[in-house]
Amino acid sequence: MPFETLLASCLAYVVLMFGVAFAADRAAARGHVRWLDHPLVYTLSLSVYCSAWTFYGAVGYASRSGLEFLTIYLGPTIVFTGAWWGLRRLVRVARMHHVTSVADLISARFGKSNRLAGLVTLIAVIASTPYIALQLQSVSLSFEVFATDTPYGPTLNGNTLGGTALWVAAGLALFTILFGTRNLAADERHHGVVTAIALEAVVKLVAFLTLGVFVVWWLADGPADILDRIAAAAAEPQNAEGWALRADRWTALNIVSAAAILTLPRMFQVMVVEAADEERLNTAGWAFPAYLFAMSLFVLPIAVMGRELLPAAANPDLYMLTLPASQGQNWLALLVFLGGFSAATSMVVVCAIAVATMVSNHWLVPVWLALRRPQGGEDADDLRGFVLNARRLAILAVTGAGWLYYHASGGTAALAAMGLVAFAGMAQVLPAMIGGLLWRGANRKGAYAGIGCGAALWIALIFLPSIGVGGDIPLPSGVDPWTFAVFLSLSMNILAFIGVSIFGFPDPVERLQGLSFVSAVEPIRHSRMTRGEGRAEPLLAMARRVWGPEEALRYFRDEAHAQGKTGYLPDLTPRFLTRLERRLGGSIGSATAHAMIDRVAGGVALTVSDLLQVADEAQRAKEETQRLESARAELARTALQLREANDKLTALSVQKDAFLSQISHELRTPMTSVRAFSEILKDPTLTHEERSRFAGIIHDEAGRLTRLLDDLLDLSVLESGRAQLSVTAVNLHDLISRALSAASATRPERSFLIDRDVASEHVGIITDADRLLQVLINVISNARKYCDADRPMLHIRVTRPAEGGTVINIMDNGSGIDSSRQSLIFEKFARLNDPARAGGAGLGLAICREIMAVLGGDIAYLPGLGGAAFRISLPQRPPVELPQAVA
Amino acid sequence: MGLDILMIEDEPNIAEAVRFIMTREGWQFGLHHDGAGGIEEIERHRPRLVILDLMLPNRSGTEILCDLRAAEDPALAATPVLMLTARGETTEAGSGADAVLAKPFANEDLRALVRQMLS
Repeated sequence: MPFETLLASCLAYVVLMFGVAFAADRAAARGHVRWLDHPLVYTLSLSVYCSAWTFYGAVGYASRSGLEFLTIYLGPTIVFTGAWWGLRRLVRVARMHHVTSVADLISARFGKSNRLAGLVTLIAVIASTPYIALQLQSVSLSFEVFATDTPYGPTLNGNTLGGTALWVAAGLALFTILFGTRNLAADERHHGVVTAIALEAVVKLVAFLTLGVFVVWWLADGPADILDRIAAAAAEPQNAEGWALRADRWTALNIVSAAAILTLPRMFQVMVVEAADEERLNTAGWAFPAYLFAMSLFVLPIAVMGRELLPAAANPDLYMLTLPASQGQNWLALLVFLGGFSAATSMVVVCAIAVATMVSNHWLVPVWLALRRPQGGEDADDLRGFVLNARRLAILAVTGAGWLYYHASGGTAALAAMGLVAFAGMAQVLPAMIGGLLWRGANRKGAYAGIGCGAALWIALIFLPSIGVGGDIPLPSGVDPWTFAVFLSLSMNILAFIGVSIFGFPDPVERLQGLSFVSAVEPIRHSRMTRGEGRAEPLLAMARRVWGPEEALRYFRDEAHAQGKTGYLPDLTPRFLTRLERRLGGSIGSATAHAMIDRVAGGVALTVSDLLQVADEAQRAKEETQRLESARAELARTALQLREANDKLTALSVQKDAFLSQISHELRTPMTSVRAFSEILKDPTLTHEERSRFAGIIHDEAGRLTRLLDDLLDLSVLESGRAQLSVTAVNLHDLISRALSAASATRPERSFLIDRDVASEHVGIITDADRLLQVLINVISNARKYCDADRPMLHIRVTRPAEGGTVINIMDNGSGIDSSRQSLIFEKFARLNDPARAGGAGLGLAICREIMAVLGGDIAYLPGLGGAAFRISLPQRPPVELPQAVA
Repeated sequence: MGLDILMIEDEPNIAEAVRFIMTREGWQFGLHHDGAGGIEEIERHRPRLVILDLMLPNRSGTEILCDLRAAEDPALAATPVLMLTARGETTEAGSGADAVLAKPFANEDLRALVRQMLS
């Protein structure tokens, strides 16, 4: 076939595409979108998945590796049939948030982080550039098939028509700029491009099926014959290794191609961004797998026939063209050429749109915004113009980079592997995407870690080796490096994503977005503080710069109208701001829109009510945790209190038992004497002397019983705090004198030398005189009882310390109290000496201590002074709560 | 002639009463008024019966009883002991003693008990 015919057909085809795209855009602008929105158009546009790599390369792949090429079709089929609900949710969430690209989706989910979007964009750019180069190469090679007129295809080292690729790249860039950046529509849909791609999908399919039918029924003798030939080819020893099915490679290929359908920029563009709603997927759910099935049906027959009919030197990647050409079927070859051309061009166009959107939204616009700190809302610069130009520039850059890469690599066979390299690269976004949709706990740090880790491994283990940089990784024989790298990068990606997410705490915006993504409900409104009408104008100015004056004005007027206002300035209600942000987000990315509106309307990233809402949601989770935690702590505390109370009760019970036992002993002892002697007294043979002595004993013991009971009652009253005090002013000197005289009744046979400093004793004190007297008598009596000196002596000193109050020191010259027992003397029943000498139950000092406590003072034993020494301290006045009796 | 009964009791009036009752019965009666030195008194007098107060200053009746039962001389260790206790719980206090009597007691009870133990 003459090269001119080819060129003319090609140009005619290109013109047709331009025309279709133009017509579709016109129709859409006029609102005639019914057939443009047809689910079949949507389904056909999905066929952008089948790039030239799939169109030509599948046959080459099958010729080298047998059935393995099927995985490229199986992965997407599994996603569309097995995970249709997940796809629906992805589309719903993306539409809801006006997501413009896969990078925007990830950024929107993880706190509208632009840097995260920038990272995903970087992966997309790295993965897409060689992939675009691959398309350019396929177009270039297919041209050469005709131009060189060698029936078996050109060799790869020839670069004779390098110009072809340049022209193709330039043409595609032009097409993309024309139809991809005509407007900054809020929903980011490109009817012209999508319709043209749908038409190209039909051309691809027709070309492929026609060739397939030709091969099966013309070159071979029908399906049965073909199957025999395939079986024979599979049995050939030189194919045995390449055609062998390897489970690990199959798994990896399936995973990666399933990921590709979701994450490749061009697939996300046609499947999610261009989708009007999720209902499209009802048709696409079966139609797209059917399309893929049709596209894969004749791959193996063509490969087998190509191997049989063409010389071994022929490039299997070009069997699609060289096979009909070698049979003289030039028109069929032309049709196939147009199919391949369609595959390549549609891929480049959509990929360029998608990647350029990312580059402009996540690289160029943020940088531009950061460089131009706003001087106020009314600067004259045209943001709309900048965004559109940025996108055009990005399209040129992306296609240009593809061409440069093709040119620089010299069209080597290495390009053929680029499809899988790109697949594996974009698959690194998948964990964050799925995690973001399904798991509320996923957070930005996790996404950074996962994507960063996966991307780094992908670049090191897959991308760089594919372009010949860096050596092969040392692997045990039998392990496929690509498979190993895919599994390693994806599993490290997932581990990092989950691990870091678990240990990180998401910020408020993230929590909101996470909730909205995971539950796929309307996002919680970002209510901002209403600032009044005056602030709507800068917003309008901003919107005008993004959408153009007419559309912005129309939108604002409609919104104002919806609020029941005339004019074109709506109130800045939270509802309006949220809608505006999402609409703007559709044009310039959600993170940028968020930042811009905040700058104009809010000034801060989050307002008080925003924070309240976010805090509310976060608070609930935290409160739940805290509630559980505090309940647990409360339980532990209660258990501890119970244990303490129990210990206390046990101790009290032991004390009470000991006390009762003591009282029992103290009561029974005198009772024993009383009972025994009263029985003895009945004896008539007693002498008068005996009788009177025993009666005296009974009398003494009865008195002892009475004293004991008095003491017990006294102590009980004092301990219970019910003691009635009669507070008067007394002279301490008189009180001491009375105490000495009363105590002299104890062991009257012993004469004590009393040492007093009378002058210091003349102090007036306000206290209960009787109670204080009781204490003094008790202490002095004890001295009289227990002082074992030959010449007993009692020192009494009264001092008035600087800090207030009065101190009475009473000390004898005996041997004092043994240091080991000093701590016991104030305890009940702590009688130290034998009962005969004590004559009491051992309650005296216990009662003294209680009395002094009630009087607001203290009594203490002073150790180390030789004899027994007690210090009685009195406050200046008794505590206020004492009942003040009248003197 | 050795003692029939040795009493260790710190309450002089109780000791006085018991002495009166015991001597009226014709028994040889000895008294020690402190826990300390109690076991030595028993060793010295080798009484046929020991009346032991439970609550004694310095060394309790229970401790003296322990010392006695641990004596090397088996005859001494087997000396019958009557424990007097002013506490309610007679069973616990009297563990190891041959008899326990709670204070206050009827004179006749004490007499009968001692008579029975001496026989």
